[in-house]
Amino acid sequence: MSIDLSQFKQTFIEESLEGLDIMESTLLNLDVGEADLEAINTIFRAAHSIKGGSGTFGFNDIASFTHVLETLLDQTRAGERDVTTPAIELLLASVDCLREMINALQDEGATYDEEQVASVQEKLEIMLNGDKESSTENTAEAGSTATDENSPTTASGWLIKFAPHPDMLRTGNDPVLMFRELEGLGSLEVSVDTEALPNFESLLAEDAYLSWEVRLTADVAKGQIEEIFSWVDDECELEITALISESTAAEEEHVVEPEPQAVNTDVKTTPEKKAAPAATKKVAKKRSTSTEATSIRVGTDKVDALINLVGELVITQSMLSQLGEEFDMSKIEKLRNGLAQLERNTREMQENVLRIRMLPISFSFNRFPRLVHDLTQKMGKKVDLKMSGEQTELDKTVMEKIGDPLVHLVRNALDHGIESPEERIAAGKDPVGTLLLNAYHKGGNIIIEISDDGAGINKQRVLEKAVENGIINSPDDISDDAQVFDLIFAAGFSTADVVSDVSGRGVGMDVVKKNIKALGGGIEITSQEGKGSTFSIRLPLTLAILDGQLVRVGEEVYIIPLISIVESLQIDKKAVNRLAGRSEVYRLRDDYISIIRLYNLFGAKPDSVDLEKGLLVVVEGDGQKVGLFVDDLLGQQQVVIKSLESNFKQVEGVSGATILGDGTVALIMDIGGLIDLSNTLQRDSSDGAVA
Amino acid sequence: MDTVQRLDSDSIIANGSGHEQYLTFMLAGEEYGVDILRVQEIKGWDSATRIPNTPDYVQGVINLRGTIVPIIDLRMRFNLEKLEYGPTTVVVVLKVESENKHRTMGIVVDGVSDVYSISADELKSAPEFGDDVNAEFVKGLATIDEKMVIMLNIDKLLNSRELSVLDSAANER
Repeated sequence: MSIDLSQFKQTFIEESLEGLDIMESTLLNLDVGEADLEAINTIFRAAHSIKGGSGTFGFNDIASFTHVLETLLDQTRAGERDVTTPAIELLLASVDCLREMINALQDEGATYDEEQVASVQEKLEIMLNGDKESSTENTAEAGSTATDENSPTTASGWLIKFAPHPDMLRTGNDPVLMFRELEGLGSLEVSVDTEALPNFESLLAEDAYLSWEVRLTADVAKGQIEEIFSWVDDECELEITALISESTAAEEEHVVEPEPQAVNTDVKTTPEKKAAPAATKKVAKKRSTSTEATSIRVGTDKVDALINLVGELVITQSMLSQLGEEFDMSKIEKLRNGLAQLERNTREMQENVLRIRMLPISFSFNRFPRLVHDLTQKMGKKVDLKMSGEQTELDKTVMEKIGDPLVHLVRNALDHGIESPEERIAAGKDPVGTLLLNAYHKGGNIIIEISDDGAGINKQRVLEKAVENGIINSPDDISDDAQVFDLIFAAGFSTADVVSDVSGRGVGMDVVKKNIKALGGGIEITSQEGKGSTFSIRLPLTLAILDGQLVRVGEEVYIIPLISIVESLQIDKKAVNRLAGRSEVYRLRDDYISIIRLYNLFGAKPDSVDLEKGLLVVVEGDGQKVGLFVDDLLGQQQVVIKSLESNFKQVEGVSGATILGDGTVALIMDIGGLIDLSNTLQRDSSDGAVA
Repeated sequence: MDTVQRLDSDSIIANGSGHEQYLTFMLAGEEYGVDILRVQEIKGWDSATRIPNTPDYVQGVINLRGTIVPIIDLRMRFNLEKLEYGPTTVVVVLKVESENKHRTMGIVVDGVSDVYSISADELKSAPEFGDDVNAEFVKGLATIDEKMVIMLNIDKLLNSRELSVLDSAANER
């Protein structure tokens, strides 16, 4: 019975990354000089499980790194070490290292910066050894990995007699792993006692019959050895006695490298040996390609709700099929009820399935304490980060894509928004700035707000810069506040006088806006000079489903996302004008909007080309209003978005496809793309006219 | 997933014997063949949803059990005379490899003909044809019962020109 450990590897990676997140957030909350035992315990536990897991899977570099970290934490936990700023910074750096190492495991062929890891590990060891003299034996183990090579003569050792109870293996404990951990402490000399081994016929494969005597030559504390066996201490006879320091050169020669396979020949299968996770050559830091997690954890309540719904669905189904077997018109009412119930079940089911993909936004918010911590240190600012609405749920895909834009906005708020403490005092404000991240639901959208109480946006400066960068011709072109703020999103815009590595290169905000738009959302700015700014991002809850308006052009049915429809109206011929005799515009109250004849754009055969016989659907996309001329409006319905690209390719003006109730495919319009397409077409045709 | 794996193991068997099986179909009186392991299914013609601003030979997309599958009219692709779709008109649904991804596409043909087992050395390389049928699309020619059968390289054929995945990447705004 072979256990394939590789199936647990992904779980290990995910759990470790979670553990690291916990460590990081707890570290950031740790107050200098004050040892909050609960917090330190949390960090310690996280480090401990990573160490245990990596040992199990044979990721020895991670295990040894975490070991040093754990030792340091253990001392802190025992109160032997104070919580100092350098210690916290160092621990944060080690969290980064570990994260990189674990990410490297996830990507085949990816590597981590070994030098970086080595230097952090060295710093950890220096910190451990720094007060070696003052500390008791607990610290002596500090440089265990380092000392056992450098000064073997001082090493005393331990004699460990380890006799597992027959049923130890059934609890999933494998002696190989313990020996491997022991090996990490120092050199081992292992002898096995096979006396208890029964005849082959009576041998039970799952029972442990062997016992071992291990001579560990290492300068470590007894507690450390006990800890290795702590999982099994009530399932074995364990005797640990100190060896008198007799590590002569002669003895050293006897020391044999324990071979994990050797000890467990009869006992249990060997865990599949993993290749060392990292290549040995140092490669320039490569960005992990699989930062997007491939699995999600789902709360049992969500799964239970689904199971309940499936149960109801089954009941409805059996009711309907019974009805169908002996149907006559007198039962039509029953049938209607049944169908209504089926519809309700289906809708609830759909909602619940979607909910599985929903994650609280805290997954995305959690990285900000660290970011703010690092950036404020770098910039010498003082900022209090507040978060609210972290439990607001959001589709996983949306969350993954919104991460980077959020980081950008937070960086901007810190760099451009919040002033230095001196400036703040001069302005009569609290020297400590506040950055608020807030998320909440509103309608079918989620709103994420990033507000700061900093300097706000200097409209005059924005206008000047916009003229300078050639985005607008003169400041008088724009009067509206919202329009001024919109300039910030123009490509190539930056108000920062000095380009720092934090911000000011003028790339970014346009990308932020583009990314948000790509998700079907939008971003708005409100700002008051001297008081601060708020960036609010509006995102759809999910990308998988949208509310659509079905429209008909001749024989063809298209879907317009309801969110982009402003209104639909019958065309009054008197309000139609022609610009330069070509493009048609429609006067809609005080606005002029251009008319796009959908049949022209899509090459369809319409019922009528007469504007009065069809309808005009006014839609908004890319901040522009246009009227789409269609033959008829059909129904409104929720549609499941299917990708055209997966089997075909992207088509201009079309964002995807969906399957209608009758099984046919309908295309979903991409309003922004449609407007672009229409513009290109117009340009081409007018070029053609000139030529 | 299951079918893919099953087909993969089939391909090992097929390669082991040195013979490859081809599904052949008729198109304007000629017989064409495709690697049978690439054929996902054969279905009758059913109306497709037209995709605007695509070449004529893209008939549109159909709903194949919840997946959106594009349909290519092979006659039009080869600039052959358009034929009204009739009862024998079928769609051969193929698995196409393009730029590290698998795509499912359907081709409209006049009718399915036969399955032949052909060894690699029976395949003769094709002479240059000119523009309409690019020699690239032809894997080779085989003679079966005194008839010529044109074996197509569907990966090349269904990734050429406007069908290419790369083309769409370049258009991304």
